[in-house]
Amino acid sequence: MKKYLKLLILISLLLNISSQRLYAEPASEFLKVDWTFKSFFGKFDRASLQRGYQVYNEVCASCHSLKHLSYRNLSEKGGPEFSEEEAKAIASNFEVIDGPDSTGEMFNRPAKLSDKFVMPYANEEEAKSANGGAYPPDMSVLVKARKGGADYIYSLLLGYEEPPTDIKLDDGVYYNKYMYGNKIKMAAPLSDDLVEYSDGTKATTEQMSKDVVTFLMWTAEPHLEQRHKTGFRVLVYLIILTLLVYFSMKKIWSRVESKV
Amino acid sequence: MSDHEYTPKSKFGKWFNDRLPLLTLANHLTDYPTPKNLNYWWTFGGILTFCLITQIVTGIILAMHYIAHADLAFESVEHIMRNVNYGWLIRYIHANGASMFFLAVYIHIFRALYYGSYKSPREIIWIIGMIIYFLMMATAFMGYVLPWGQMSFWGATVITNLFSAIPFIGESITNWLWGGYSVDNPTLTRFFSLHYLFPFLILGLVVLHIWALHVPGNNNPIGIDIKKPSKDTVPFHPYIVIKDLFALLIFLIVFAFFVFFSPNILGHADNYIEANPLVTPAHIVPEWYLLPFYAILRSVPDKLLGVIAMFAAIFVLVILPWLDTSKVRSAIFRPIYKQFYWFLVADVLVLGYMGAMPAEGTYLLIARVATVYYFAHFLIILPFLGAKEKTLELPLNITEPVLGGSPNQATAKDNNNLKNNL
Repeated sequence: MKKYLKLLILISLLLNISSQRLYAEPASEFLKVDWTFKSFFGKFDRASLQRGYQVYNEVCASCHSLKHLSYRNLSEKGGPEFSEEEAKAIASNFEVIDGPDSTGEMFNRPAKLSDKFVMPYANEEEAKSANGGAYPPDMSVLVKARKGGADYIYSLLLGYEEPPTDIKLDDGVYYNKYMYGNKIKMAAPLSDDLVEYSDGTKATTEQMSKDVVTFLMWTAEPHLEQRHKTGFRVLVYLIILTLLVYFSMKKIWSRVESKV
Repeated sequence: MSDHEYTPKSKFGKWFNDRLPLLTLANHLTDYPTPKNLNYWWTFGGILTFCLITQIVTGIILAMHYIAHADLAFESVEHIMRNVNYGWLIRYIHANGASMFFLAVYIHIFRALYYGSYKSPREIIWIIGMIIYFLMMATAFMGYVLPWGQMSFWGATVITNLFSAIPFIGESITNWLWGGYSVDNPTLTRFFSLHYLFPFLILGLVVLHIWALHVPGNNNPIGIDIKKPSKDTVPFHPYIVIKDLFALLIFLIVFAFFVFFSPNILGHADNYIEANPLVTPAHIVPEWYLLPFYAILRSVPDKLLGVIAMFAAIFVLVILPWLDTSKVRSAIFRPIYKQFYWFLVADVLVLGYMGAMPAEGTYLLIARVATVYYFAHFLIILPFLGAKEKTLELPLNITEPVLGGSPNQATAKDNNNLKNNL
């Protein structure tokens, strides 16, 4: 049994390491943040999620959509957990096209909890033409869609620098030390005190980056807290069951002159 | 196969069993005499059955919510992850389940290679197993296309393009597979249809695989024929059932760890970007379990020959029972084969690593050497060993080493050496 356990642990370790190494790009080391959601029992920092939404809404949302989210998600468990009234108030700030009504006309109305997040642009072409030909990617699963995940996005937000002298940049292209190829069409989006946090937290660039990345981690994995919680219970259950089965097995095999 | 005539006790049981002998079958499965020295490498058959059932059950539920359409597939997967009750759990089990399935099947295959389980009289079991393995790869590949992410799309493009290497009719075949002139909606819908069908073909083949196994009975670590039932065997239930269950639970702990705590580590980040025919990812890599074959494919400079080499890599496994001419099954009694066996394991791991690296420079060179060695192992080394290798003396039955202490291979070997020395 010991040999078997050791082997399985080895295999899982190998798988873990190799897959990380196999698919990792040899890029600049990302800035590391001690994310609250990373560990075995990891949870989101509720206040950080709410601040992160504020940063998204006031800064990112002018170009980046969150098309897979609905306003109701903002008040759901495991998320920013705004109260339902707050979420309703947030939704009502946006306008959606509904209809057709009884006369066959489409009409505008304030968004409801059940509506999807309103997109900043009508379509990809409009988004591109407004952003110098670059399409601001949808942010719903952005953290999972980039190698390095949360650390990468955080690093990117803080990675704007003066370009080295040997690199020439076109108009509307910026230098970022963590971006693939170092060239990015998004200007540095954050600067100190760009937003005003209502809870009194000082809005440094680092703080805002941390908050918005936490928020984006939640948009990508809205059930992360439930996953960790269920996972812990499943593991405890499996381990107890394994032990019971192990001793039953020993008992049963003791009837034959053979070890197991 | 029937070791004794079985008669149900109840009258109804007898009436039913005379018409459909399900009870005889159940009795056979319960009493099935199994070598008692089977080690834990033999538990992966049961684990694989569990994996297949898990994939089918989670897959059926996912198919209730998934939409096979180029414009909607990606969104429907997100819908499953966000809005379907426990959809995230079901999808993560399904996605990681594929990896766990392959992990188990590789252990299962390499166990058979070590203990010579493919040899007479078990060739048909082995060939059915290889067909299952091939169908598994096809199923997994098509399943990976369904979320319609960037890696889905470009992986499908690369793999289906392989068929265009066939002379004269290649292009027509590729267009026929695509249902158009590029990977597009028709490709997605047919992949979905076949991805749903193949697991049931696999299930059918698994039944045949087990049926064929129950004719000669299990091989065992010593690799010698045993009389059934005898002192060397135990009834399948409860001895093997409880042991398989224990091994399965350990396997499930590893499985659960992936599902709940690093569900995306075995996947590729690019597959969370919706498919875009206009943007090619920097590196197109298949899932980890296909990497050795991908390395073989890319290590041949000619496209057609590369495709042939890739399929040949599987085909040499199919004809393995006739390439390995040694009469001795277990590597325990084949000192030279044992060393080459571990070389082969290392070689396949190297191929897997090279499959994930860009095909250039030193990587390509190593991949080529490893490819040549892979084929040399089966086509040159094995036939040669069969003729030349001096094998150790085989024990007469397995009870001997079993009684000598533990049923594991080391003891068996020591016992045997001891006997040789005496």
